[in-house]
Amino acid sequence: MGGIHPKENKLSAGKKIQIAELPKQVVIPLSHYIGSPSEAVVKKGDMVKVGQLIGKANGFISANVHSSVSGKVAKIDVQLDASGYKRPAVFIDVEGDEWLETIDRSLEIKQECNLTKEEIVNKIKEAGIVGLGGATFPAHVKLSPPPGKKAELLIINAVECESYLTCDHQLMLEKGEEILVGVSILMKALDVNRAVVGIENNKKDAIAHLTGLAKSYKGIEIAPLKVRYPQGGEKQLIDAIIRRQVPSGKIPIEVGAVVQNVGTTFAVYEAVQKNKPMIERVLTVTGKNAPNPGNYLVRLGVYLSTVVDTAGGVPEGTGKIVGGGPMMGRSLMNLNVPMAKGSSGVLFIKEEESIRKPIKNCIRCTKCVSVCPMGLEPFLLMTQSERNMWPEMETNRVMDCIECGSCSYTCPSNRPLLDYIRYGKTTVGGILRNRK
Amino acid sequence: MNLILISLLTLGIVGAISAVILFFVAKKFHVYEDTRINDVEAALPAANCGGCGFPGCRGFANACVKAETFDGLFCPVGGNDTMQKVADILGRTAIVAAPTVAVVRCGGTCDHRPRMNDYDGVKHCFIAHNLYSGETGCSFGCLGLGDCEVSCEFDAIHVNPVTKLPEVDEDKCTSCGACVKACPKLLIELRKKGPKSRRIYVSCRNEDKGHIARKSCDVSCIACGKCEKVCPHEAITITNNLAFIHDDKCKLCRKCVEVCPTNAIVELNFPPRKVKEPLTPEGA
Repeated sequence: MGGIHPKENKLSAGKKIQIAELPKQVVIPLSHYIGSPSEAVVKKGDMVKVGQLIGKANGFISANVHSSVSGKVAKIDVQLDASGYKRPAVFIDVEGDEWLETIDRSLEIKQECNLTKEEIVNKIKEAGIVGLGGATFPAHVKLSPPPGKKAELLIINAVECESYLTCDHQLMLEKGEEILVGVSILMKALDVNRAVVGIENNKKDAIAHLTGLAKSYKGIEIAPLKVRYPQGGEKQLIDAIIRRQVPSGKIPIEVGAVVQNVGTTFAVYEAVQKNKPMIERVLTVTGKNAPNPGNYLVRLGVYLSTVVDTAGGVPEGTGKIVGGGPMMGRSLMNLNVPMAKGSSGVLFIKEEESIRKPIKNCIRCTKCVSVCPMGLEPFLLMTQSERNMWPEMETNRVMDCIECGSCSYTCPSNRPLLDYIRYGKTTVGGILRNRK
Repeated sequence: MNLILISLLTLGIVGAISAVILFFVAKKFHVYEDTRINDVEAALPAANCGGCGFPGCRGFANACVKAETFDGLFCPVGGNDTMQKVADILGRTAIVAAPTVAVVRCGGTCDHRPRMNDYDGVKHCFIAHNLYSGETGCSFGCLGLGDCEVSCEFDAIHVNPVTKLPEVDEDKCTSCGACVKACPKLLIELRKKGPKSRRIYVSCRNEDKGHIARKSCDVSCIACGKCEKVCPHEAITITNNLAFIHDDKCKLCRKCVEVCPTNAIVELNFPPRKVKEPLTPEGA
């Protein structure tokens, strides 16, 4: 249902993943957007190694945080992160690059996995793996279905429907084998015998590569999908692959599916087979005027400015710098924000393209209704949000909004639909939480 | 002729019967309305601002008449005069409350709090607040997009285009509390107007630790605790790295204003001090 077709602009496609240099200091955020912030277990002056636990999960929907470098803890303080707010973080002065002995750093692919279901989930939990698609929902939560619910199939989200971003695409090309091992580990953890990897048709090389590899893995299928934004949304992907619709307010397990991002799958492979916690991820640095668009393997906590400098610096005539993709990403206040588990890209937008156009009146063309992937009426929700009509917004299912921005993208009157709907969603969400 | 007569008679009879029915029904279902509600409503300012917590002046009048005492019932717009009139109508004694006025607890003008980025989204504080911490380094300070100005029905609060901070017009402010609800950063507070409109308050809401607060804004409260120590009336408390002056205990001695190292404590409408030693000019 719905969806739009923005220009792909995958400028960094096919660029090999480069390893970013280590800076002098890293700032590792203790909070990764969703879930409660983890509790620091190190203090000022402690020496840490790569992979050492520095933040312990605080509650079920929370994830462990590990040091991505070796060195000395300088302080534990607040740091402005990509969300635009100051949050607690651990500052570490880098000294050398000493890894924990338990981590297997060889590139050899280890296919055998003799662990039980519980052991796998536990390992994933210990490694602090979160969904790397952007929402950063702790991965172990999805792998522990509520009692009475049983997963029938695993869906791997390799859609990468956002324009510009290529980090998942490149990861599939370079680490295909590891990803498929990761998929079979996840299948074992969920006790399912079928997994589908959904890839959009604009990544022909990745589809061919993975289809070739998947022949030797039992139960893994590769599903080429039509290009459409926001197909990478969990509910949209389930609809596209198995034609089942997740009911309003429910989670995918309701229709027997569990969705994991392809980057998460690779992290799961590393955690389970190599004992390597979540300490680095692939980041795309791109933009039409970027001097050197590319994909970089960056440790968590590295300032984005450091990565951007390696990639050739901020180009002239940049109007906005967006953290993430052009549709779901947020503008960054400055580049001195640390790399977090959910950072997927740094995007430079040219000044002339970044300016918002003047807002005109709604002409009731209902384009926003036709593109909304959740079947909502964005024009109506915006009006209701403007007038603070919270109960009406609730009945119009504002909580189903996935904030994909298709409505704002398509509006011929340039109305800031998503801004108002997001505000309404936050307020209604608060009301619902208080009601419980 | 006959036809006209019959019609007239039929209609006349139907009319008469209906009139009789309606008369008894009206008697039976008569709703007694206290006439004092109208009187009270007439005495109220008719601003329908909702500052009292009731839907409009009629709602407040209704509540006043039904309630036994004036506990929790106060018209902030009309103030003590109006409440006296209402009390006279209802034959009760009015509760005298100290008049209050809205104060904006942020002193971060453009000079004190440099802008770090440009916000070009929807020009509403609540939407900007929902997105991120604001254009400056201070995530507690005023966003300057004027939701308070829009919410004010009395034209009493305006964002100064030079400082980008809202300023309250004391004469117009009725302390209805609309701006208090409108501000997503919870910067506006209703405080006692004080004798001769003299007030002292901490013009900051920054709850960051001192060094972080100081970095983002020159006039932020850094929770050094000097004011708390110097206050002879125990009117100042520091919670979450932020000082707060309780207006019911404050005796307006101005000692805290003198010791504050960042000038975060503001005094309003005081006469200039007697110059004992060179002092920096202070205040509004």
